[in-house]
Amino acid sequence: MEESSFETILFPSHGAGGAGDGDGVGHDRDPAQPGYFRDLHLDRIAATATASRPDGQLGVHFSRRLHDADHITYRQEVFADLDRPAVRRAVQRFCDAMGEVRADRDRARDRRFPQEQQRWLLDAAVRYCAAVRELSDGLGSAGATARGFRALARFLERLLASAAYLELEADAARVAAALAAVRYRVHLRGLHVTVSSDDDGVDYSAAVLATFERFAQAPTDARAEERDASTQMDHVEARIVELVARLPGQASDALQALREFCVDHRDFVDPTVERFDREVQFYLAYLELVAPLRAIGLPFCTPEVGAGISDVHACEAFDLALATKLVPEGTEVVRNGFSLAGAERIIVVSGPNQGGKTTFARMVGQLHHLAAIGCPVPGTQARLRIVDQLFTHFQHEDALAHDRGTLEDDVVRMQEILAAATSQSLVITNEPFAATTLEDARFLGRTTIERMTEIGLWCVYVTFVDELSSLNHATVSMVSTVVPENPTARTFQVVRRPADGRAFAVAIAEKYGLTYPQLRRRLSA
Amino acid sequence: MKAHLLHPSEDVDWGTPVAPDGSLEADVLQDLHLGDLCAAMASGDPLIDDVARRILLGSAADRRVVQYRQAVLSDCIAHADLARELYAIATDAVASEKQVWSFLRTSPSGSLHRSVEVLEIFVTVLRRLRATVDAHADEVRSEGLVRLFDQVRDELDDTFFDAVHDHLDRLRFRDGVLLGAALGPGNRGWRYVLRTPDTRRRGWRARVGLGPRSSLGFEVPPRDEAGQQAVGALRDRGIALVADALSRSTQHILDFFTMLRAELAFYVGCVQLREVLVERGQPICMPELAPSRTVQCSARGLYDVCLAVRTSAQVVGNTVHGDGASLIMVTGANSGGKSTFLRSLGVAQLMAECGMFVGAEAFTSSAARRVFTHFIREEDEELASGRLEEELARMSRIADAVQPGSLVLVNEAFMSTNEAEGSEIGRQVVRAFVEAGVRVVFVTHLYDLASGLAGDPHVHALFLRADPDHPGRRAFELAPGAPLSTSFGPQLFDRLGAWGAAPAHVPASGAPEGGL
Repeated sequence: MEESSFETILFPSHGAGGAGDGDGVGHDRDPAQPGYFRDLHLDRIAATATASRPDGQLGVHFSRRLHDADHITYRQEVFADLDRPAVRRAVQRFCDAMGEVRADRDRARDRRFPQEQQRWLLDAAVRYCAAVRELSDGLGSAGATARGFRALARFLERLLASAAYLELEADAARVAAALAAVRYRVHLRGLHVTVSSDDDGVDYSAAVLATFERFAQAPTDARAEERDASTQMDHVEARIVELVARLPGQASDALQALREFCVDHRDFVDPTVERFDREVQFYLAYLELVAPLRAIGLPFCTPEVGAGISDVHACEAFDLALATKLVPEGTEVVRNGFSLAGAERIIVVSGPNQGGKTTFARMVGQLHHLAAIGCPVPGTQARLRIVDQLFTHFQHEDALAHDRGTLEDDVVRMQEILAAATSQSLVITNEPFAATTLEDARFLGRTTIERMTEIGLWCVYVTFVDELSSLNHATVSMVSTVVPENPTARTFQVVRRPADGRAFAVAIAEKYGLTYPQLRRRLSA
Repeated sequence: MKAHLLHPSEDVDWGTPVAPDGSLEADVLQDLHLGDLCAAMASGDPLIDDVARRILLGSAADRRVVQYRQAVLSDCIAHADLARELYAIATDAVASEKQVWSFLRTSPSGSLHRSVEVLEIFVTVLRRLRATVDAHADEVRSEGLVRLFDQVRDELDDTFFDAVHDHLDRLRFRDGVLLGAALGPGNRGWRYVLRTPDTRRRGWRARVGLGPRSSLGFEVPPRDEAGQQAVGALRDRGIALVADALSRSTQHILDFFTMLRAELAFYVGCVQLREVLVERGQPICMPELAPSRTVQCSARGLYDVCLAVRTSAQVVGNTVHGDGASLIMVTGANSGGKSTFLRSLGVAQLMAECGMFVGAEAFTSSAARRVFTHFIREEDEELASGRLEEELARMSRIADAVQPGSLVLVNEAFMSTNEAEGSEIGRQVVRAFVEAGVRVVFVTHLYDLASGLAGDPHVHALFLRADPDHPGRRAFELAPGAPLSTSFGPQLFDRLGAWGAAPAHVPASGAPEGGL
């Protein structure tokens, strides 16, 4: 059964809402962002995605998790449609055009001379009509299948058939064509300005160019004049246009028609169309963010989500915030996966420092958040739970400023989390209880994991205490790895088993591809 | 209208940097001492130096283009004064344009004023070019110069000079500025065109079309400064149209002279190099470039031009019969002229490929399109393992770039490991290169490598040996000969007095060789 109305591209009809309550830890600097946002570097992802989009409302949709699988699917459908070039092109062109419409309308309001204001308003109307019609045609011919786009398409069909729209479109086209046909001459001699109508004559600049074209060493490209819309009409220009409006015939008719158009059509933008333009930016912003990553082959997928699923996994995923930083630098992005099945709940990550442990933990948190706002997630495949709460427990530099000691602060924060968490919650914790003796860390870590197991919550626990990884049936051990031949080189792979030391026995010439068989291959390619 | 003296139909790529640091071309430039060759061609003219580098190391010309250049070069050698005069005309044109003050270039009237001044200078130089071409039209034979001369006579005719005169007159705008326009965005005027300012004596009203056409006007009051500025801006818009057209026109003429100057620079450089070599009694010849599918390399009296222009002494030439040999392996004593021979071959190949004469009595070689060098780097005094990696990395980059027919010159590679390993790597590299149709000339002290290849039935190789003490042979002269198992190093070591004394005698190349 198709829904009959269209309100927003972000939620199914009558389904707006979906705030996640009680998330995070105490550091709520920005009330619009959950407490875990900064620890998981989701703040960077949101900031990068929204950087070129001044609409302050956009950030909310990046921070507010959805708790209803149907709402998530609604957005996943839109994302999937936008991955099809035809749909994406139609939407992108529409949004670009609406940006121009806004700019034109601002000019129609702000400019000094009526002749100038009127023309900008007409421009806005022409662009608006074209944009709406193109979007409707584009969605139709692209065969968009998302519920959101199908409802939008039906809405646009009705709008385009309405009398008000049809009149606007016809008037705008007629007046614009009349104005485009106006030609006039200006003769400047000292301070005398004379205006007359223009018939085709000789373009003297072209005549000069033609004389010397024989010396051109490369073909000269035709130079299109693009008028700078940022500068305004001055009073001499305004006076000239006034006189053009009095030239008998075509010119005066066209400018009279323009005045009438502006009286008849003041506010022509439909509010639902305007809202769609604003809200679809959420999708476009995310797709633009991931585009350079996809371009070099980093995978993204639509995750399978559900509140009740117990087997979760992700394959070849990565830290999105880190990847957006590394890819422009040309640095390789290491992909990692994880999988929890049956009674497994807690991934204990250990291994050498600087080996990618924190990045791995962050990645798991990001995947859950991104999936919950309906976005495609890094990885070739993912199956993730809808969690009721998401907590992070990271070491903060400013934690030292608290009057409680660092360790005490750690413990208190962990207590808060364990008090609030349920079996549906996800906790990402990075080296808790590091500011103490190994003996203490063992004890605190063991009791924490035991309590977590009792609650039945889901957790990634980064620690230097190896033995926590095999504490009970809920824990799974993963380790960061090094290059076996060179223990100082990290692979940034975090794997479920310890690495098996593969012997490094590659001849030095082989490294440079200079052995006979290698060279034969290279030279025959 | 294009000079096209270096290629019958295409423009030379003047824009891409030549032999940027770290490139394979930079290695060739350094290893073959091409700077000395370019300096001799330039004789103090930095443009010639630059052009010579570009042509020697730039993209390869095919055999048809080489013949085209050889013909132009023959004309230039036969009429050296004409070549120099044409080069001087182009140089003067470019230089005088630079001297016209570009003050106020940003304002349309300033730009127009400058363009008019530049155009007046160019007209003078173009008349001089026309006169020179008229005076020497009968002397040139080559396709390139004949066509250039024809173009000059066709394009720079009286009609052209009259039209220029007419423009220079109109551009004073004695009757104000007349613009055509349409209503653009914001109803502001746009798509301005300048209507012909007719300087013939006609009634003012008729000229601006006030007869049958209706017109309306106003006058900006003298006290309205903003209004005056606005009228000035509009007037500038009109002038800008033609100022832009005129500045593009003068730029076209400048581009033409710049191109002509660059193309002639190459030939003037060749003429100057020839004069230096002739003065020193060194032979030169026009080489024969065989098709690249053949394997030819034979020379008589082949010497290193770079060495010849650097030293005052007579430079020894070598004779090579290398037709059919994909590999030329050079072994033998230190200071025996091996590196110099390797360079002479590389320099001659590059000169031949760009249409120049070469330093030899006779020289025939298959077109290689590209030449690569892999020379031992004296400055690398690092750990042996680091040096080997550096050498391998360079060889790997060459492997990325070689094509069938390419010429690879290797000087003492893989010496930074022990002989067995170095030889093994070398053998594999050489075999793979040769089997892929790459021509290799390899100077080595690695007896194991050389003798191994000598016994390889798959590789058609020519073996040359430096043997300075051989009776009846000049110093630094190489002769065919299989590799000898003992190096001359110990003798040399003894002769030079172990680590004590300075060398009593080095080859004129001055470049120490590896192996000590």
